[in-house]
Amino acid sequence: MINLLLFPIILPFLFAILLLFFKENIKVQRSLTCIGLLISLVAALFLVAKVKADGVQALTLGSWPAPFGISMVSDMLSALLVTTTILITLFVVLYSFTAIGEERERYFYYPAILFMITGINGAFTTGDIFNMFVFFEVLLIASYLLIVLGGEKRQLRESIKYILVNVISSALFVITVAYLYSVVGTLNMADISVKIAEIGQPGIITVIAILFLIVFGVKGSLFPLYFWLPGSYAAPPVPVLALFGALLTKVGIYAIIRTYTLFFVHDIGFTHGLLSALALLTIIAGCIGALAYFDLKQIIIYNIVIAVGVILFGAAQMNESGVSGAVFYLIHDMLIKGALFLLIGIIIYVTGTSNLRKMGGLMKTHAPLGWMYLIAAFGLAGIPPLSGFIGKLLIVKGAFEAGHVFGSIVILASSLVVLLSVIRIFIYAFWGDPTTVELPKTNRRTYRKMMMPAVALVILSVLFGVGTEWLVPYMTDATDVLLQPSIYIDAVLKE
Amino acid sequence: MKTNDVILQTTTKIVFFIIFLFSIHIFFAGHYTPGGGFVGGLLTTGAIVLLLLAFDLKTVQQALPFNFTIVTGIGLLLSLGTAAGSIFFNVPFFTHAFDDFTLPLFGTTSLHTAMIFDAGVYLVVVGAAVTMIQTIGGDA
Repeated sequence: MINLLLFPIILPFLFAILLLFFKENIKVQRSLTCIGLLISLVAALFLVAKVKADGVQALTLGSWPAPFGISMVSDMLSALLVTTTILITLFVVLYSFTAIGEERERYFYYPAILFMITGINGAFTTGDIFNMFVFFEVLLIASYLLIVLGGEKRQLRESIKYILVNVISSALFVITVAYLYSVVGTLNMADISVKIAEIGQPGIITVIAILFLIVFGVKGSLFPLYFWLPGSYAAPPVPVLALFGALLTKVGIYAIIRTYTLFFVHDIGFTHGLLSALALLTIIAGCIGALAYFDLKQIIIYNIVIAVGVILFGAAQMNESGVSGAVFYLIHDMLIKGALFLLIGIIIYVTGTSNLRKMGGLMKTHAPLGWMYLIAAFGLAGIPPLSGFIGKLLIVKGAFEAGHVFGSIVILASSLVVLLSVIRIFIYAFWGDPTTVELPKTNRRTYRKMMMPAVALVILSVLFGVGTEWLVPYMTDATDVLLQPSIYIDAVLKE
Repeated sequence: MKTNDVILQTTTKIVFFIIFLFSIHIFFAGHYTPGGGFVGGLLTTGAIVLLLLAFDLKTVQQALPFNFTIVTGIGLLLSLGTAAGSIFFNVPFFTHAFDDFTLPLFGTTSLHTAMIFDAGVYLVVVGAAVTMIQTIGGDA
């Protein structure tokens, strides 16, 4: 099965098309979406096993020789990201059954999710820079639908901002690819890497590197370019927010990591130094936002920004600990952000508000929710047995090895701020006297149905932390390909 | 006052078929000359838009009783199916095949699976463009 690496892209696409035929039938929509995601998940797991056994999988579409056709490349990093993406989407879809409402389900909600997964998985798997642009557009156009679906006033306002920012950054993406093409004359990522190594990164390539940083920085919300994110992400309903928060910015991060480890590795002092500086500023900006708000959604949204900074700071060190820490933290952050958004969605459902000052005493009435939230919060902050620990430990270790003492201290200090911001939610929402706050009447069965996928995601993130030892070989494989581009290049340009 | 657009409607009835045939020609010519699924699809949409201008939305929907969302879906299925067919022969995705066939009336013709893919593109373009125009133009 040489086409195995395409299955996680094709299968969601196929099921999204099938769903177009059953617009009004919600039962069919729900079951087909679940079946499609389950099959995709199985395919993705097979892919991970295959990459583990046989090394990097590469395939050039249409039986054309490598630099001339579109190459699809699945190394361990992209295989793991694809698997995590499908897993999170599955739980968010299960959560949507109770949380999203029939009105939205009847207007292409599930097809939009599946099209978005097609785009995300494609962007993770592609080995062609222009094809990456196309997959970015696939996921962005589906996300435009998801952010505006429902047509509330706030959604309409924020979707205009979101679309405007992304259209501009996509145009910049095309311009940057055009510059790169005019310099190296190829679009295949492995071939670009070879050509840049041949000409030894002159000034123009460094300029293109910075342009890529701007393009992907807008998608992945890097420091001066994250301005659109807090407003836009707060507008759509919680399941959509969970998908966006867990998946979309990570595509930008992946693109930065991929281009900065494969293409622009000959002038590390400038490009990676700039990336480190911007990453630290991102962490600081995120920390300020996370402490400034009394709104559940905003606090967790600013925690996305912090995580983006942490991951990119690790990746910018370009040493083994830093990069493997970034890979660990990237996957941890996808799982934990998915879990946290689902949990705060339940808190908002139970209390009927996202304002921290208007809630309290939930521990007496909703104890399991409280404990699950506490575990997720500790996992986010990186308390040792839980999932956030090992990634951050490795990143800090990598930063010390590279001599970035100040950066390491910023990361460690940011963990405290992260812990403070999420524990504040816990204290305000769960402690206190339940009689002071009037809870709206909510359906206990709906609450339980919403809890199940959220709890499953929290358990997964705990397993990710406890099973670190078991995951290390996979992470090592991912790191090796990032640090030694020759493995990637040899896999694509065989012969 | 009731406007009388008999000239417009009569001309449309003739011109519609000319544009439609031209779009089919452009679609089939795509492999050797400029053209293909995208332009062909847009030209067909143009013909349908001319009908919408000359008559009203309801008449056109009665004359062309398709759900254009479904048309888009069928187009996507055709394209994906053509590309995915290669999976069953264990060659890379999107590998096309072609052969010469002797057809009645046309004689020896070279048929290529890329044409089925293009037919998918054609249907997606027609479906999406007509859906947009109908949604903006209609009440619903």
